[in-house]
Amino acid sequence: MSTAAANTGLAHLTTDRRFSRRKLVERIAVGGAVCCTAVTVSLLWIILGYVIYRGGRAINWELLTALPTPPGDPGGGIANALVGSLIVVALGAVMAVPISLGAAIFVNEFPSPRLGRAVRFLAEVLTGVPSIVVGLFAYALIVQPTGTFSGFSGAVAYAFIMVPIIMISTHEALRRVPPSLREASLALGVPVWRTILWVVLPIASRALLTGILLAVARALGEAAPMLFTAFGNPFWNLNPAKPMATVPHIIYTYATGPYADWHDKAWGASFVLLIVVLITSLLTRAVLRSKADE
Amino acid sequence: MKHEVQAATSSGSINGTLGWLLPRQAGSVRLGDRLFQLLVRMCSVFIILLALLLVGDLFRGSWEAIQHFGLRFLIGTTWDPVAHEFGSLPPAVGTLIKSLIALMIAVPVSIGSAVFIAFYIPKSLRSFVSYPIELLAGIPSIIFGLWGLFIMVPVIRVIQIWLKAHFGWIPIFNGPAVYGVGVLAGGIMLAIMITPIITAISRDILLTVPRTQIEALLALGATKWEAIWKVALPYARTGLIGAVILGLGRSIGETMAVTMVGGNNFALPETLFDPIHSMASLIASEFAEATYSLYVSALIYMGLVLFGITLIVSLLAQVLIWRLSKEGFAILD
Repeated sequence: MSTAAANTGLAHLTTDRRFSRRKLVERIAVGGAVCCTAVTVSLLWIILGYVIYRGGRAINWELLTALPTPPGDPGGGIANALVGSLIVVALGAVMAVPISLGAAIFVNEFPSPRLGRAVRFLAEVLTGVPSIVVGLFAYALIVQPTGTFSGFSGAVAYAFIMVPIIMISTHEALRRVPPSLREASLALGVPVWRTILWVVLPIASRALLTGILLAVARALGEAAPMLFTAFGNPFWNLNPAKPMATVPHIIYTYATGPYADWHDKAWGASFVLLIVVLITSLLTRAVLRSKADE
Repeated sequence: MKHEVQAATSSGSINGTLGWLLPRQAGSVRLGDRLFQLLVRMCSVFIILLALLLVGDLFRGSWEAIQHFGLRFLIGTTWDPVAHEFGSLPPAVGTLIKSLIALMIAVPVSIGSAVFIAFYIPKSLRSFVSYPIELLAGIPSIIFGLWGLFIMVPVIRVIQIWLKAHFGWIPIFNGPAVYGVGVLAGGIMLAIMITPIITAISRDILLTVPRTQIEALLALGATKWEAIWKVALPYARTGLIGAVILGLGRSIGETMAVTMVGGNNFALPETLFDPIHSMASLIASEFAEATYSLYVSALIYMGLVLFGITLIVSLLAQVLIWRLSKEGFAILD
């Protein structure tokens, strides 16, 4: 616009047409960008809305608390899958959290040009390993030697998915802890290891927790590795040495099955899963926001 | 080498890490500190071991098939469990075609969205648009699959019937239009799933473009779009390519949603409507039925090939994005 004002007299007349064409291009570009954004954002609302609509209708007390009925019989629920998912994911988190925290502490607090950078780079690469390949890995590692599908092998697969996510988020959180706080602690004569555990980790604790939470939510939704590890189980089972039902796997089984009743249950289970993901995401956002305010 | 030294020193000064204190106390390093460092070092080494274990395990699991078929597996076009004959070409082609369709749809939409979010939208409104896109990226693929199977596939079937009726003379539209599931559905499903990922990363990359560069062009009388087209996009090119490749990696490894809408047929596709397996969907849908060890081994072999492809793709993406973020930081400093 300033160009138009700057061009006075005859020059204004000759450049006028070209300028209006450039303005048209600008409008088209902005319009295109707005359309792209609208499509992307509306996709979320369409998917979210439909899952909430169908899932909200399918969900009831029986779905959450009852065991599955034999195939084809109406009624029943997914209680075993809900509990199974919790057990498998919790077991996976117990394995993944200490290792990834330790690795992140090493990479950030004890800089070693080669090992530290290699581990961080490897973690980035490991986040890109397809979940189905992780499932095959857990199958060859646990299921083949033990000769049985088990909740434990599923937990190993989930742990493998969680480790790089937690490690990267923890590393980023530790990086943001101001060095002056470490130095203050060290100046008081506190050993390095206690400085890390009592000063650095508590300061980063909220960011740490959100990282763990995100990893857990991600694992909770992964169905692919469960196909040949936890395998699914139509009965009540709390023993991780035996096959276990999990929520994402049961969604797959029910969605691809032939019964309308099963489809409803798949929507109901998806609703539960979606709520967990939404809550995690909102929590993370709230924590990161309050951090930015400080 | 120069990079490494630079990075090591700069990360040391920025993070204010503790390592530099250790050598100074070298004479009297406390036992606790040494043990602690040993412990966390072991955690790091464990992650490396885990990666090696993954590769070793996949090789061990697929060894029988590797010995039996060798590299012939990669170009074999039959998948006949009864005849003990396995080849991975058709699902590899299926993966490739679906991913390419996904990229063709997702790349323009994602870059367009990213440009809008990074440059046009008022800063106060940015998170209102950014956040839903990040949320979309976090939805489990099984939910995408469920939605795709019951909502998207019927719509696509209608579109397919219409396309076939009006444009059936074009070979790629002259296929079975009755299923709904197939190459097209799989491609569109993947496009929906990778769009938020590419958008989010592209937006972050576009935000690293120095404001001054754009403002300089604006001051010369360029329109905003001209500044973006001539300065911002070329500046961010490497990173944007990285973001797209990352999206490609995701779409190649994506399993559940593609298994549910891809049609899962073992034959090379001739039209856009043919149902076709991808590598991941073949593993997912046949593993439970694999009754003898060579069959299982062939499926793990397929997983190994899939892993190799995604590894190359994600390494490429990491290198491109890393390089840009380094350059970006250098400019910010």
